[in-house]
Amino acid sequence: MNLAALTLHEAREKLRKREFSAQELTEAVFRRISETEEKLHSYITLSRDTALKEAKQADERLKTNNNPHSLLGIPIAVKDNFLTRGIRTTCASKFLENFISPYDCTTVKKLRASGAIITGKTNLDEFAMGSSAENSAFFATRNPWDTDRVPGGSSGGSAAALAADQCIVALGTDTGGSIRQPAAFCGVVGLKPTYGRVSRYGIIAFASSMDQVGPMTKDVRDCALMLEAIASYDPADSTSANRPVPQYSASLTGDVKGLRIGIPKEYFVSGIQPDVEQAVRTAVRQLERNGAAIKEISLPHTDYAVAVYYIVATAEASSNLARYDGMRYGHRARAKDLTETYMLSRAEGFGPEVKRRIMLGTYALSAGYYDAYYLKAQRVRTLIKKDFDEAFKSCDVIIAPTAPTTAFKIGEKTQDPLQMYLSDIYTIAVNLAGLPAISLPCGFDFEGLPIGMQIIGKHFDESTIFGIAYAYEQSTDWHKKKPNL
Amino acid sequence: MKLTREEVQRVAMLARLRLTPEDEDRLTEQLDNILQYVGKLNQLDTSGIEPFTHAVDIANPMRDDAITNESNADALLANAPEQENHFFQVPKIIE
Repeated sequence: MNLAALTLHEAREKLRKREFSAQELTEAVFRRISETEEKLHSYITLSRDTALKEAKQADERLKTNNNPHSLLGIPIAVKDNFLTRGIRTTCASKFLENFISPYDCTTVKKLRASGAIITGKTNLDEFAMGSSAENSAFFATRNPWDTDRVPGGSSGGSAAALAADQCIVALGTDTGGSIRQPAAFCGVVGLKPTYGRVSRYGIIAFASSMDQVGPMTKDVRDCALMLEAIASYDPADSTSANRPVPQYSASLTGDVKGLRIGIPKEYFVSGIQPDVEQAVRTAVRQLERNGAAIKEISLPHTDYAVAVYYIVATAEASSNLARYDGMRYGHRARAKDLTETYMLSRAEGFGPEVKRRIMLGTYALSAGYYDAYYLKAQRVRTLIKKDFDEAFKSCDVIIAPTAPTTAFKIGEKTQDPLQMYLSDIYTIAVNLAGLPAISLPCGFDFEGLPIGMQIIGKHFDESTIFGIAYAYEQSTDWHKKKPNL
Repeated sequence: MKLTREEVQRVAMLARLRLTPEDEDRLTEQLDNILQYVGKLNQLDTSGIEPFTHAVDIANPMRDDAITNESNADALLANAPEQENHFFQVPKIIE
């Protein structure tokens, strides 16, 4: 049995029955990493020694505990923008290359308390700004399905690690599609929860009104179990939601009878790869056969979402990244005076995309442009949110492609930032409106690359999303296909 | 309205980013492209539409004004680019 290929729920069951130990499971995962990492570069930092220690402790706990936590002894890959005590956190930036956080972010704290094992920190676009993981200051991660292609981004390292069985489950963050688009490109499941459902405390801030932590997993059941483990109210995050966490795994009944699914006509327009459209439409028909009611809906302001996002997200980023001054941590350049030290430290520490976004955001917030750009974008954002409010009066979820294409070639879009931004066209509106959405596999294109389908739900209605995703998954075997590495 | 090189220089100063002349060339062109694209927002009449503030309605959470964090000066100082006698060392601020 290849232990690294197991899902969380399979591994948990077998750990509980003592078919193998957490140490054996962890060693199998690290064996798989050493076999495949040279081709993929999923991880920035591996934490093998501490992981094996954690596995040993997990085995002790497994011996004495008859009803262990679902994550006890489970190897988890963590995106390198989650602060982790004792393991460096770089955010894929030269600026933070040697940064070791003095504390754990809330999510990692919860993982550690439940006995999960951290395999390492995965690659991303620098400061989570990008759609291909190519903006990492260190190296590009490759897609396990075709190593000439990108894994998507920004959580590209987590998606690649998961698809290649270099971990059992993984964590990502999603500000404009950074969990869902790489999940689609790598043929795995990824959930962006409702804004506020999971604590952002200790996540390196990019665009605070949209940043959200979420699970990336090998199937829908794992995704529900992971959200149960990480969702919570956190007094340390003032935007965290103080409401009970449902037992999401209880919604995996396979029954979709009577559920109303909306199909937004604006998401099936020119620019979409034909076999992506076909795969999503076939998936929707499958759900219809299972008893769901399908209706076409309209989200009239869809076409403006990318423009709104690149003003709002960059404005917030320019403000959030002002903290990187080279004084208390991070890179400090040698310069003649204080201002010059700031300017050179930031020039040397940040890569081209981060500088571009800081510049755009600073411009949009600067005197004379604030009303024309920032306020205008926030007014259109209100219209985008109203589109969803209106649509959800007549449907329970919305289904659309996750991305207009399958994984593109490494280097294909790096020279044209706007083309790169437009690859997030289907995911961005969800972040602007604070909604939850999952991406799950729904087929392969003519070149054998995975296709992702997105299910968008109402605020805090992850349960309905999981229910529909699970029902679809049960009627296919896409999630069982593995790349040939 | 085309973005000018002088505006790029002004914004770089506001953002405390030292740009090379090549950076300025490239950013002037790229930012202008992006701003042209963003200009499509002006097709929409947004008079009477409130600017977005919160995705989810939540009240401002309050807590007791009490110290809850642990002392971890050593871990914090360990990340300092320069330190002396248990202090952060920074460039001279007042001439």
